Amino acid sequence: MSDTFKLNIDGKDIEVPRHYTLMQACEEAGAEIPRFCYHERLSVAGNCRMCLVEWEGAPKPIASCAQTVGDMRPNRDGSAPNIRTKGDYVDKARNGVMEFLLINHPLDCPICDQGGECDLQDQAMAYGRAGSRYEENKRAVEDKYMGPLVKTIMTRCIQCTRCVRFSAEVAGVEELGMISRGEGAEITTYLEKSLTSELSGNVIDLCPVGALTSKPYAFNARPWELRKTSSIDVMDAMGASIRVDAKGDGVMRILPETNEEINEEWLSDKSRFVWDGLARQRLDKPYIRENGRLRAATWGEAFAAAKEALSVSADKIGVVAGDLIEVEQAKAALDLFRALGVNSTDCRPAGAKYGTDGVRERYILNGTLAGVEEADMLLLVGANPRVEAAVWNARIRKTWLWADLKVGRIGEAADLTYDHEWLGQGADALTNVRDTDFGKALASAERPMIVVGEGALCGEDGEAVLASALKLANEVGAIKEDWAGFGVLHNAAGRVGALDVGFVPADDGADTAAILSGGMETVVLLGADEVDLSSLGDSKVIYVGSHGDAGAARADIILPSAAYTEMAATYVNTEGRVQMTSRAVQPKGEAREGWAIFRALSDVMGKTLAYDTADALRGVLRGAEGESTVFSGLGFAPGVRGIEALKQPMTSASAALTSVSFGAVVDDFYMTNPIARASKTMAECSALASALDTPVAAE
Amino acid sequence: MLQDKDRIFTNLYGLHSPDLESAKKRGAWHLTKEMLDQGPDWICDQIKASGLRGRGGAGFPTGLKWTFMPKEVRERPHYLVVNADESEPGTCKDREIMRHDPHLLIEGCMVASRAMRAHKCYVYIRGEYINERHALEKAVKEAYEAKLIGKDNVNGWDFDLYVHHGAGAYICGEETALLESLEGKKGQPRLKPPFPANAGLYGCPTTVNNVESIAVAPTILRRGAEWFAGFGRPNNAGTKLFCISGHVNKPCNVEEEMSITFRELIDTHCGGIRGGWDNLKAVIPGGSSVPMVPAEQIMDAYMDFDTLRDLKSGLGTAAVIVMDKDTDLIKAIARLAYFYKHESCGQCTPCREGTGWMWRVMERMVKGEAEHDEIETLLDVTKQVEGHTICALGDAAAWPIQGLIRHFRHEIEERINQYRLPRAMVQGAVVAAE
Amino acid sequence: MALRRFDLEAGGDTFAFKPETEEKIAFWRGKYPAEKQRSAVIPLLWLAQKDNAGWLSEPAMREVADRLEMPYIRVYEVATFYTMFRLQPVGKYHIQLCGTTPCQLRGADRLKDVCKTEIGNPMYVTDDGRLSWEEVECLGACVNAPMVQINDDYYEDLTEDSLQEIIGKLKNGVEAQAGPQVDRINSAPEGGTAILTDPALFDGSRNEVSRLPNLAEDKAEAPEASSAAKPEEAAPTNTKREVPKDSNTGKTTLISNKEKENLAGERPETVEVTAEEQDDLKRIKGIGPKNEDALNELGVFTFKQIAAWTPENVDWVEDYMSFPGRIEREGWIGQAKTLAEGGETEFSKRVDAGDVPSSQDDED
Repeated sequence: MSDTFKLNIDGKDIEVPRHYTLMQACEEAGAEIPRFCYHERLSVAGNCRMCLVEWEGAPKPIASCAQTVGDMRPNRDGSAPNIRTKGDYVDKARNGVMEFLLINHPLDCPICDQGGECDLQDQAMAYGRAGSRYEENKRAVEDKYMGPLVKTIMTRCIQCTRCVRFSAEVAGVEELGMISRGEGAEITTYLEKSLTSELSGNVIDLCPVGALTSKPYAFNARPWELRKTSSIDVMDAMGASIRVDAKGDGVMRILPETNEEINEEWLSDKSRFVWDGLARQRLDKPYIRENGRLRAATWGEAFAAAKEALSVSADKIGVVAGDLIEVEQAKAALDLFRALGVNSTDCRPAGAKYGTDGVRERYILNGTLAGVEEADMLLLVGANPRVEAAVWNARIRKTWLWADLKVGRIGEAADLTYDHEWLGQGADALTNVRDTDFGKALASAERPMIVVGEGALCGEDGEAVLASALKLANEVGAIKEDWAGFGVLHNAAGRVGALDVGFVPADDGADTAAILSGGMETVVLLGADEVDLSSLGDSKVIYVGSHGDAGAARADIILPSAAYTEMAATYVNTEGRVQMTSRAVQPKGEAREGWAIFRALSDVMGKTLAYDTADALRGVLRGAEGESTVFSGLGFAPGVRGIEALKQPMTSASAALTSVSFGAVVDDFYMTNPIARASKTMAECSALASALDTPVAAE
Repeated sequence: MLQDKDRIFTNLYGLHSPDLESAKKRGAWHLTKEMLDQGPDWICDQIKASGLRGRGGAGFPTGLKWTFMPKEVRERPHYLVVNADESEPGTCKDREIMRHDPHLLIEGCMVASRAMRAHKCYVYIRGEYINERHALEKAVKEAYEAKLIGKDNVNGWDFDLYVHHGAGAYICGEETALLESLEGKKGQPRLKPPFPANAGLYGCPTTVNNVESIAVAPTILRRGAEWFAGFGRPNNAGTKLFCISGHVNKPCNVEEEMSITFRELIDTHCGGIRGGWDNLKAVIPGGSSVPMVPAEQIMDAYMDFDTLRDLKSGLGTAAVIVMDKDTDLIKAIARLAYFYKHESCGQCTPCREGTGWMWRVMERMVKGEAEHDEIETLLDVTKQVEGHTICALGDAAAWPIQGLIRHFRHEIEERINQYRLPRAMVQGAVVAAE
Repeated sequence: MALRRFDLEAGGDTFAFKPETEEKIAFWRGKYPAEKQRSAVIPLLWLAQKDNAGWLSEPAMREVADRLEMPYIRVYEVATFYTMFRLQPVGKYHIQLCGTTPCQLRGADRLKDVCKTEIGNPMYVTDDGRLSWEEVECLGACVNAPMVQINDDYYEDLTEDSLQEIIGKLKNGVEAQAGPQVDRINSAPEGGTAILTDPALFDGSRNEVSRLPNLAEDKAEAPEASSAAKPEEAAPTNTKREVPKDSNTGKTTLISNKEKENLAGERPETVEVTAEEQDDLKRIKGIGPKNEDALNELGVFTFKQIAAWTPENVDWVEDYMSFPGRIEREGWIGQAKTLAEGGETEFSKRVDAGDVPSSQDDED
């Protein structure tokens, strides 16, 4: 049987793969097929009946989304089946379906947040009739509570079940359903409980009408008055493609953009709803602590104070870079402090043991995010992708669901939304893994993938864990010519970029733990808030960052910087993919881009840096003409380019593997960074989630 | 009239015991092993030769359906699922089989399972048939105890039969909705293809048959395909259980020859039409889903698939709903419209929205509270539902209304006129008041 | 369909299956493959409803979900989809009244009024907790319409009086006899049945045949099986077969005034008689007013004529009237002979007594 099938669509002969749906074939032939329930990333429901086409000779119109081309028959004379996507027959069918959809749909478009970007509105214009023949009362449906993110106006619902299918299939949390039946059918969560999935906001994008809309965005803006800026998300280390919609100087909402290699078309709730945090708790001018209290200051005063604080012995200065640091700031800061002779610089606030040997392949996800779809076995070592990279977790789930991926995990037990084999709590499980059934299967797998999480690398034996995981990868054949099945899953957007510029202790420099232990005279925190500041003692603290969080509270000098939506900045995602954000709005108040702060400070310190624009700085990163560096190109993941490096064993693995449990790196998914902690929306989500976690008294 | 000797369901009225011993005396479980020994091809060929068409409504040739199952059992087991979700208004024949002649059904399940190489069978019985379910369960237990079915049974084909029940949903009579329900989900019909013979219950090859189709199979094999084919007109073979309800003097179930005339059926078994033949107004000859046929067309029509199809109706389940001249046909059909609205699963747009729309218009038409051009609109709505849905419930909801408008449009028009009459007389006042 | 929501207040916080139900749960779960236990959800919800005074509370639903390891929302979908799950309390005797057309045609609407008067609005539970009612869709007992289901049992062939009596009994805690409430057995016609009386059906004599027909080894003489969905040759049967006609059956009426040509057989002789000499042909079973008119048009007026028909005559008349085999099957000639000699048949007695409406004259 041939792999392709011939069709005649609207008089045009076309040959398409047999697994195509008729809808795909029609689109290939240039026809436009309206649809509501069909979504290419969800299972086919075939329930809206909008995509009907005519198959000449068939007794009824065909739902093109549900008809696989390979199941079709040629005409009796052997010629290709004739499909018509236009004409009276099809028009009448679609017209009828559209009328049915509209008879019980409210006429509240003027007050509907979906207005202007509503599939129903658009298609009603194209396929609907001018007036209504429906003389009866319209149906009203009670709105449902679904938590702080998703607002419902259920009367608008057309029961396409995209949201139900999304939560069951993609998010893997069965919490949405269609209850009752017939015209009484309603979409709801179980007894109107909040949605709990980290991906729940995607149902808003999926909803073709205004039934599910964004609660935080409600009534804030109309789509046509928003400035839309394509950018990159920094809430985790995936670097999802996003679109930042702004009005005036405020970010009004954040939406995913399609990027097949990274986030497909999904976005985690944190990335989507964090935007109110961009307008709260902001550091909009420099501050200096005087008599124990912070007072607003000018940049000049602040720089002067900083100069004084930094005019101590270089080995008494420590610099810690936080999770959200952009490459430009890391580079400028590192250049300045190295010029000052400071060696105690570290970008690993949690103390993960990677990045010091300069071998990039040992701290990026060589297998790539999309690569997991080709894997047949996945071993997660101390990583919990559901909270560390929620959208990637959906991709793992997808592969598990449709391609039979087997997953094993070492670390604290967790619900990942897919079945996986739990192989142990701590590093010692790694030594025994080859004796388990899972380990044996791993060795015989075609494309095994081993992913080490930050949680596995923060212990004393972190480096040994990394070394033995890499060794295991080589032993089970995870590293081969066309397959780099080993990598580290990061959870901080700035980490890989900072490691790439070398933001680790130089020579005998102190690491994060040592810097914060109280021995330093001056500590510089670059947006580092998720660290333990309680042992700092008398150290003077210079805080560079965008939000008034833990670091700013302890700071003596505050230098306000721009957030990720306010600058064009480089981030490197966990795969080693170099990407750039765009400026959607202006930095708050007097805040400046991070690199510019250090450029200005370098002037004050008398160690003027060699670049005076961001482009010039990036030019330095890219290297000279003909030179190839990490930053030479944008937007691609190195993947299998690193296999030679991965084949080299790590030599420094001295410490023995312990049985200490890999801790959970992310305690609270909604509260991982200063922007999220400033967000009211995230606070609500967090409160709801922790209420769920609290065990209810036995019934 | 069909003679007693040619009746398959000899305990239709429960005059005798349904137990195994009595059933055996009536001929059940006789030569069963011999039938099974002949193998699937022989069984299918015999059933094909008998001309048996599915008794659940659609009338698809049963033997042919059985041959759609894969010829070899691979890693996925084969299943027979028996549709005992008898919910089509007017229909109450399977009920009698299950409570009075359950062993014919069980034997039939085994024979059919052999024909499709299945070792497991589920009988999906509607939830309301609680006593019927108990009767069937009792018979299944008897059959297991007598080693007629089960592992290593006397008939030589390992066979397990399980009774499953629903909980009140007409749509579960649709075969794929039934499978969904049997899998523990809402009864929402699946998209086809894939057809159950490829991916049915639990994704395994499955055939879904009506109770009556299965229960007649052993007797057909025992008495010969020609015997069965000898009843009724060609292409409409066999004997058939008719359920006659409504305005006849003595409503009843009866097994009769296919192609019996309506008049003979009613006169012989039901004591005639209430008020005499001239009092007959219309008949719904095959369960609520088929369009009605007016008296003059049905009176002497053959009760079989082809004749009733030519009358733009259908034999359906052979549930004959008789309506005399006292009947408010608009109201009768409005009640069916309500039924379909109530039973729509809500999955696909035309049915979910259309059934409610049709019912509401019908309710107004019962009172005459409508415009004349709304009749045309209503007809148009039925056409917009028909053929545009995932399953046949949309069609079933549309047809009765189409039948009404086709044959009794004048009654609807009269009703509208009547409703307007008093208003027209005081039109001036009404306008002023509004 | 009305909105279906749990009565959370009445449902309380807890539910436990009765100990004796565990066996039934195991019985049901045993029917489905281990990895397909979800199939048991409807039976288990049903058992839970039974153990919860006839309605399904929210904790009961959760208990079932937990046992089958199903997400609550999926069980919730099932519980709200199927109308036999009642999500609010009902009376000890819950009456489900079928209101669909077949029952409506025979007076279900009047039974609704009885329920409203005797009990109250649908789903209202009487103060003593004994009774509640609702209208449901077709319960599949249409030949016994109108009917209600009370808990597990069907009460059929109801009238306002008999339903009132049943409700009265239940109100007083007296059990009422289920089944038809008129003189009939199950779905047999009222007053008894004339069919299924042959003792040979029940004495085991059917099992005397010891060999299946059409076995493969007999194939030489067996008809070609695969093409036999439309047997070409009439098989032995108790009825005459009709040659398939062209499908112009759209208007199958018994009598065509147009003279038919080329009919098989031989037209019976006609006679001229006075009105007094005419016999009431409707006293023959199988002849109604229309047939009588048709026969009269053919010049057939007396029993004697019919009694004298030759087989050729029978063929001709059957063909003319388009009901092959019927004259023989219904034994017209035999009946006519008896009646012509002044005798009576069972049927003619009933006709004479006015018991057979279809044999009444049109003027009535």
